[in-house]
Amino acid sequence: MNPGALIPIPYTWVLVLSAVLFAIGTVGVLLRRNGIAIFLALELMLNSVNLAFAAFALRFAAEGGGAAAALNGQIFIFFIIAVAAAEAAVGLALFIALYRLKETIDVDRFNILRW
Amino acid sequence: MVTYVFIASAALAVIFGVVAIAHRNPVANVLSLVVVFFALSAIYAVLGMDFLAAIQLIVYSGAILVLFLFVVMLLNIRAVERFGSGRPWQAFLGAVTAIILACLVVLGISELHPAKGSALPGSDKGTAYAIGHALVTTHLFAFELISLLLLAALVGALVLARKESR
Repeated sequence: MNPGALIPIPYTWVLVLSAVLFAIGTVGVLLRRNGIAIFLALELMLNSVNLAFAAFALRFAAEGGGAAAALNGQIFIFFIIAVAAAEAAVGLALFIALYRLKETIDVDRFNILRW
Repeated sequence: MVTYVFIASAALAVIFGVVAIAHRNPVANVLSLVVVFFALSAIYAVLGMDFLAAIQLIVYSGAILVLFLFVVMLLNIRAVERFGSGRPWQAFLGAVTAIILACLVVLGISELHPAKGSALPGSDKGTAYAIGHALVTTHLFAFELISLLLLAALVGALVLARKESR
């Protein structure tokens, strides 16, 4: 299937799944008006990037990067998950503060900085 | 077998990813995303990354999305519809999906057995050992910085969400 592979499925399948999930997340960020829904779509995009990291790490390990390549990819994903946790905590606190201010989290209502 | 697990997990992830952004009820959004992250955890297991599969379940599904759920229920209680309102097929579909997901995670993890000869680093002990070792040697500085970042995010979230007492 793919020579020298560490996994029995082609890496391109994983990358295609990652791309599809990223596209879904992008559509969500662009189309939703509920702030929390936008945030959820953002989390989906972050996870699709993690998946791409995993696929590339295995690919480079299989193509001669050695075991360290696969390990570095996983450590990258670990750090991304930690940063995503911090980002989720601060972002949700922001939405709580905004809700106290305007009684809504519709992002179209927060347009003071528009002009 | 691994291929089927991957395809089924990928299909679940895409379907529930669409539900997670398209459904009007925010609670349904969050819970669909939980399903997506379960499927991604199964995929990590298929790829031989057992530590990441566990982290994905514990941190993402267990902590971050529960935080989302708390905030959704805190903010617009009136918009949340009641569950189990005259749609029994929804409960049935949910149960079937949960069973399929559990089977996928178990199947993916069962492929990790060291006798199958996975070439990932430290695969005889699982990848957790190798990752933990690298975190406290090669990547020690970044590891400490992450703890600082999490502390800053904790304090920042407290300050932002605090009620002004004047």
